[in-house]
Amino acid sequence: SLKSLIILFDIESGYYPVCTSDILQVQLSFPPPRLFDRYRDLAPQLVPLDYTDQPDVRLPYELIGSMPELKDNPFRQRIAEVFSEDGEGNMTLDDFLDMFSVLSEMAPRDLKAYYAFKIYDFNNDDFLCKSDLEKTLNKLTRNELTEDEVRMVCEKVIDEADLDNDGRLSLEDFQHMIVRAPDFLSTFHIRI
Amino acid sequence: MPSQKKNDIAIRMEDVGIEIDGELDSGSEGKNRKAKASPRAGGRNGKPATTEDEEEEEDQDEAPRKRARKKKASAQDSEEEEEEDDRSVKRKGTKAAGRKKKAVKEEEEEEEEQGKKKKGGKGDAKGKGGKEKGNGKDKKKKNGNSSSSGESGDEDSLSEGEMTSLKEEVEEKKKLIATLRNKPWRMKRRLKLLKECQAFVEEFEGALGKGKGRKLYAYKVMMAKKMIKFNRDFDNFKTACIPWERKIKEVESHFGSSVASYFIFLRWMYGLNLVLFAFMFGLVVLPEVMMGLPYGSIPRKTVPRAEQDRAMDISVLLDFGGYCKYSILFYGFYNDERTIGVLQFRLPLSYLLVGLGIFGYSLMVVIRTMARNSDEGGDGGDDGQFTFAFKMFTSWDYLIGNPETADNKYASITTSFKESIVDEQENQKDENIHLRRFLRVLANFLILCSLGGSGFLIYFVVKRSQEFANLDQDELSWFEKNEVEFVMSLLGLVCPPLFETIAELEEYHPRIALKWQLGRIFALFLGNLYTFLFALFDEVNAKLEKEKSIRNATIWGLNEYYSNYSSYHNTTDIPPPDIHPADVIRGPCWETAVGIEFVKLTVSDIQVTYMTILIGDFLRAMIVRFLNYCWCWDLEAGFPSYGEFDISGNVLGLIFNQGMIWMGAFYAPGLVGLNVLRLLTSMYYQCWAVMSCNVPHERVFKASKSNNFYMGLLLLVLFLSLLPVVYTIMTLPPSFDCGPFSGREQMYNVVMETIENDLPAFIGNIFTYATNPGLILPAVLLMVLAIYYLNATSKNYQNANLELKKKMQMARDEEKNRRNNKENTNQVMQDLEDLLPNRSLLPPAAEEEKPPPEIVLEKGSKSPKVAKRPGAAANGKGVNIQKDVSLAAPNPKAAVTHPPGPRGPSGNARGPPPGPARGRGRGTPPSRR
Repeated sequence: SLKSLIILFDIESGYYPVCTSDILQVQLSFPPPRLFDRYRDLAPQLVPLDYTDQPDVRLPYELIGSMPELKDNPFRQRIAEVFSEDGEGNMTLDDFLDMFSVLSEMAPRDLKAYYAFKIYDFNNDDFLCKSDLEKTLNKLTRNELTEDEVRMVCEKVIDEADLDNDGRLSLEDFQHMIVRAPDFLSTFHIRI
Repeated sequence: MPSQKKNDIAIRMEDVGIEIDGELDSGSEGKNRKAKASPRAGGRNGKPATTEDEEEEEDQDEAPRKRARKKKASAQDSEEEEEEDDRSVKRKGTKAAGRKKKAVKEEEEEEEEQGKKKKGGKGDAKGKGGKEKGNGKDKKKKNGNSSSSGESGDEDSLSEGEMTSLKEEVEEKKKLIATLRNKPWRMKRRLKLLKECQAFVEEFEGALGKGKGRKLYAYKVMMAKKMIKFNRDFDNFKTACIPWERKIKEVESHFGSSVASYFIFLRWMYGLNLVLFAFMFGLVVLPEVMMGLPYGSIPRKTVPRAEQDRAMDISVLLDFGGYCKYSILFYGFYNDERTIGVLQFRLPLSYLLVGLGIFGYSLMVVIRTMARNSDEGGDGGDDGQFTFAFKMFTSWDYLIGNPETADNKYASITTSFKESIVDEQENQKDENIHLRRFLRVLANFLILCSLGGSGFLIYFVVKRSQEFANLDQDELSWFEKNEVEFVMSLLGLVCPPLFETIAELEEYHPRIALKWQLGRIFALFLGNLYTFLFALFDEVNAKLEKEKSIRNATIWGLNEYYSNYSSYHNTTDIPPPDIHPADVIRGPCWETAVGIEFVKLTVSDIQVTYMTILIGDFLRAMIVRFLNYCWCWDLEAGFPSYGEFDISGNVLGLIFNQGMIWMGAFYAPGLVGLNVLRLLTSMYYQCWAVMSCNVPHERVFKASKSNNFYMGLLLLVLFLSLLPVVYTIMTLPPSFDCGPFSGREQMYNVVMETIENDLPAFIGNIFTYATNPGLILPAVLLMVLAIYYLNATSKNYQNANLELKKKMQMARDEEKNRRNNKENTNQVMQDLEDLLPNRSLLPPAAEEEKPPPEIVLEKGSKSPKVAKRPGAAANGKGVNIQKDVSLAAPNPKAAVTHPPGPRGPSGNARGPPPGPARGRGRGTPPSRR
């Protein structure tokens, strides 16, 4: 019913309701199931309109990464990997919704911080170590900095944010740092 | 060991609190509510076994249980891994290791349940409710409200205690719903949870007589969302309204904030000039055009007969002679009628007030901007504790969705990193301080010498030119005539690069070097200004002499005419002499002459600037770019290369240009309009030039956050240009036959007239008192005292600020130390624990302590505090090191007394507990899958 939909809508920050199969059945136009449409538009031949029987559809990373919202993002591959269930960037509808729910404006800071951490954690070892930072930096600057500069910046980052002095950033360190960032919330979000 | 194991798990569950609940929930649908409620009413969910999900549950529970006994070791996985595995459990049945722990927990819980089942007398009722819900979506969908109402009927028979516990449960569900978004779980799981919780709440809220406000709540939420969206759009709109924001951002991204600071300054200047123009145009020019006498009506508005032939010649017009001179652009055109038009607009008064008001407004704006800028504070290099970390993790804007913007963003991120690196390098630099000091003194000495030399040269040349002025003009050669200009431009050409070269001796940070450079060139340009004003005052004095004689002649002529007329016609009713306005003899009108000088200067300045850009930058870039194909050496890397953007020159050009405008605006009201046009075109022109022909500086540096140095220079120039204008207004008599003040002894007499004629008498009295020296002196004294007082307080604040900053830094260090310490002590305890005999029951250490291969602890040499945690358990050395560290720390004892159990803040109830099980279970395998 409409009432519960509104609550759903509220809770999942406007992106949520489209995913539930029952809503698709109800064919409610409020809020517009944009996200599902976007997902389906990536590969109309693969994605069925009817999600009642929970089809196991995955869109390959090539399709996800070519979305205009992501295609200029240096971390698109990481984003897709982190949010996809198989860890390789191939996404189900739920993964897709997950991704945009986290990256939505309404998602809380801690959640965003958690996923940001995962995105920057290239080798999935739950710590941001030097190699992760170097990769991040090189992606950010398109390898424009010299090796010395990269090394120096990474050292500085660890020096600044590493609270327990273990030479790498744990999620805790990262969150401690990121909650103080003035524009983390405004930059870590994607409008769709 | 099993008991210990269990204990461990219990502790963990406490630690993670609600998270674990959630986790268990995800295990199976049927158990959701039960698990959720477990801390308070664990046994309530009596018969989950009848639900559809039973089979699934069963197979989740049992299969792992067997294995759980075998390998409890690997149960200690990170929270999130578990959760992920949970998912995979659901999907694929049996796979991952993390499940085992969960299984254990569930098992435990079931035991608990068993115990409680006996107690729960009315467990059935609730069980039924739960069961119904557990039945899944389809039923929920169909039944909707009806089921809930039916339930509520049942629930009416509940006892008081049941009601409260139910209430609690509902509240808890609600809390879960509210916080569900914060959990880093997979969408599927969240969805399921959400649905269940919601259904539960929906059902039981009815029983408790709640849920009326939901519609209102939903509405509120919607409005909040709309509001957010609106605010966002409004912000976007506001940004879009800032002129040239994108252009400047683009420049900034490629050339750094220092170059952008020039453009920001230019934009600010444009805004200021727009306001000045509005004043001038709206209160002086427009009234005169609309209501004043038209061109040709009176002598001052007519081109003299002698000049009329050539008045439209382009060469004359370019010199601002001819029609230009007798136009609205200049002082002389304005009439001295006290009021004009039907509105009785007091033009002369307005002219004077606007002329002074421009200064007043500019002063106010400059000072206010300076104050606001200094409020934002900071001298460039931000001393925040996370400069680089913020840059690395928050600088990419995930909103960027177009390649061009992305390119710019890449460039700007790189630039900003470079800026910060330069700052950092400067911070770290500490070499021979004595040598540096000596070099700096030497450099300053050299520059003082060259400044003094050029000052003397200017003085000498001006003196000579005055001598030349007394000689016959024909005898002088071209060089002698233009000596002053020649020397000035030569100095302007040679000195700045010279200063820059000398400044390299000093090895200042580029930002500070820029300030020095600005100050030095400013001093040089002051010489320029001085010669210009000197020449101008000479000219004005000459004109005043000439005017005096013409005025006498005119008065004499008029008297002649009147006496002749009266004697001839024998009447006292004498009409004014019937002469065409173009034929009337007039004075030189020094004000207009001064105005023309300023306009000429401004125009030539514009020409020079634009030509310099065209030749010095554009042509050079063209040559370097295209001749490079057929040249002996590499032009791009070698000698000419591309130009850098000359920040100091451009800023000073802008500042001195503004000084000209301020000085000239009183004598040439059109000058402000001209300047607005200039700034407008130069914004586009220079943006284009810098983007197409210049390369970024070798060391891109961050501009100081406040443009206060520019502003300070501007304020100085404003003050310097205020002096001559106020001097002329207060002391020199206005021309007798041109301008709004003609016929008065002094320009400010207009104000006196107004006070006497138009305002009530008491205001005149007040004015007289107010101008009394006896009142002014105490007022000045008071102001001086106030300034002193405020200065003193601000100094105090500054000190306090510094103190606080220091304290913050100390607190931060301390915190770091303490954490460090705690880690270390924990580490020590851990190691001790590892040494215990029952250690053999623990999982093989080799497997778990394996450090992730990526971690290279090269910092060890830099700070001895770094504990090699991964390897600490293996070698005894680590313990020793940590002991040393803990001794060095401020309060080691306090840290040691801390129990080794759940570590630090990992118990907070958000997300997955960060770094779960630091000590033993930390050995997460590097690759998750």
